[in-house]
Amino acid sequence: MELLFGNQKTVEADIPVSNGGQLTVAEAMAWARDNLLTERPELFMKGSSVRPGVLVLVNDTDWELCGELEAEVAEGDRVTFISTLHGG
Amino acid sequence: MSSPPGALEQELERLRAQNAQLQAELDAVRGVQAGAAPPVAAAAAAQEEPPAGAANGAACCRPVAAARDWDGLQHGLDKDQIARYSRQIILHSFGVQAQARLCRGSVLIVGAGGLGSPAALYLAAAGVGRVGIVDRDTVELSNIHRQVIHKEATVGMHKALSAAEACRALNSSIQVETHLEALTPANAVQLVRQYDVVVDASDNAPTRYLISDACCAAGRSLVSGAAIGTDGQLTVYCHGEDGPCYRCLFPEAPAAGNCARCVDAGVLGVVPGVIGTLQALEAVKLLSGVGDPLSRRLLVVDCAAGRFHSVKLRARSPNCVACGAAPSITTASLPSYDYAAFTGQAAANDAAPQPLQLIPREERITPAELQRRLASQPTAVLLDVRPAEQFNICHLPGAVHTPFKHFDRYVEAIQERLAAAAAGAAAAGQAAAPPAAEQQQQQDQQDQQNGSADGLQPQPPLYVVCRRGNDSQRAVARLRQLGISHAVDVVGGVEAWAREVDPSFPLY
Ligand SMILES: [Zn+2]
Repeated sequence: MELLFGNQKTVEADIPVSNGGQLTVAEAMAWARDNLLTERPELFMKGSSVRPGVLVLVNDTDWELCGELEAEVAEGDRVTFISTLHGG
Repeated sequence: MSSPPGALEQELERLRAQNAQLQAELDAVRGVQAGAAPPVAAAAAAQEEPPAGAANGAACCRPVAAARDWDGLQHGLDKDQIARYSRQIILHSFGVQAQARLCRGSVLIVGAGGLGSPAALYLAAAGVGRVGIVDRDTVELSNIHRQVIHKEATVGMHKALSAAEACRALNSSIQVETHLEALTPANAVQLVRQYDVVVDASDNAPTRYLISDACCAAGRSLVSGAAIGTDGQLTVYCHGEDGPCYRCLFPEAPAAGNCARCVDAGVLGVVPGVIGTLQALEAVKLLSGVGDPLSRRLLVVDCAAGRFHSVKLRARSPNCVACGAAPSITTASLPSYDYAAFTGQAAANDAAPQPLQLIPREERITPAELQRRLASQPTAVLLDVRPAEQFNICHLPGAVHTPFKHFDRYVEAIQERLAAAAAGAAAAGQAAAPPAAEQQQQQDQQDQQNGSADGLQPQPPLYVVCRRGNDSQRAVARLRQLGISHAVDVVGGVEAWAREVDPSFPLY
């Protein structure tokens, strides 16, 4: 995954919040795609969600438990993308 | 009638498993031998004298209630077993009953590769009563740096047989079973059903979905591990009340192009060693009932950074097609499920990718032809489009490194290189003797192809090579798009060069 983001494993970012509301994971992902991704966006996202085979975590918890795309993130929260491995 | 047959079947299967488990525990408490032997035979065996080292039956069939002068906690372990496993038996958090459950238990290991190697060795060493190993491949020298269960002496042997040999050498008192075929939709459920716990030590997406589905259908817990590069992952699927399966997490398969394979991406040998060892640990926990299995948690291992990190996973999805409330993938339907279509890739793993046919064969050349042309065309430019790691191992003298992954970045450099070669050729042509007839003829052909009507100098010949002849076609196609239309690629890449032209060229 870090290969898509200029080999950076962790990035701290100030993501601008539009219309004063709460930032969602969906917005954070779109922002990362537009501002951090260095190559091949199709390996990161599919449509407005993440591509198949990538697990999204909000503060180390499966985003499915937090509301998926609508999960709210705030200052200091950590969103993690893990692509499933197949090798052995 | 179409009441949900899958759900009923699953429930039946679960109850059968539960029944077998209770029966086994009851047998153990009664001091009768565990296993499937009929009670009459068991009783008869129990009255025999201890077989003084002459136990020719399987380990699980040894009479444990034979006349003896000591009492234990009805665990069913004999003197040899107690001595062999004493260090974990005296462990406060493990104990004799946990060891007894391990000795009665069975594990199916799918894949005798980098993950399966340590998993099989540790499970055999720990005394798991019956270990099954599935693999259809044979041992290759390039496997052994990580597949440490195999030896130089077993190169060419079936991996399952080689692994079984090593397990038996480690522990002759357990049963080791080999399955020399691939796990397929046709055999998966009936194979998985014969074991208590399954270890996914496979190396490709279609097999991973198949194993998960089979475990859902057969009601077995699955220890799943994966490793590539310096990264590893570990979790337990299909476990307990709410443990998810692989499909609960990844209902849609990733595109085939997004699945890195060890043969292409490389893997540091110790990394699958770490993960496979942890898989053995999880299997021991599941069989013995000791500890908290890694269900609903994913352990993410970054070996390069030295970081182990566990994250919380979702529960089983009620809508899951494999383990949900009304699954569509069942014991009955699984054998006809098309995993290749679902994942867009075949289950072949360490094998070479299918040869691509992008550029017509007659527009490509063989390694022998490349050798001939390079010898006769001093101005030729040869591009090598492999990744740096591979280029650094070995390349043809004078090859220009233009990795395909970032090919467009090199196009300008390629054009400059061609211009320089053309200028050099022109200068040399004026100063030196006329070139050989053959070379002249080829140069003429080249001039025609290039249509040097614009008055520019003729383009020097341009050749493209990669590892096996797929990326080189893609590179030629890209060059054509960019107006460099005379590039020619080499069928079979440097691997074919090594086979057909230069046997001393290293393969990897
Ligand atoms: Zn599921």
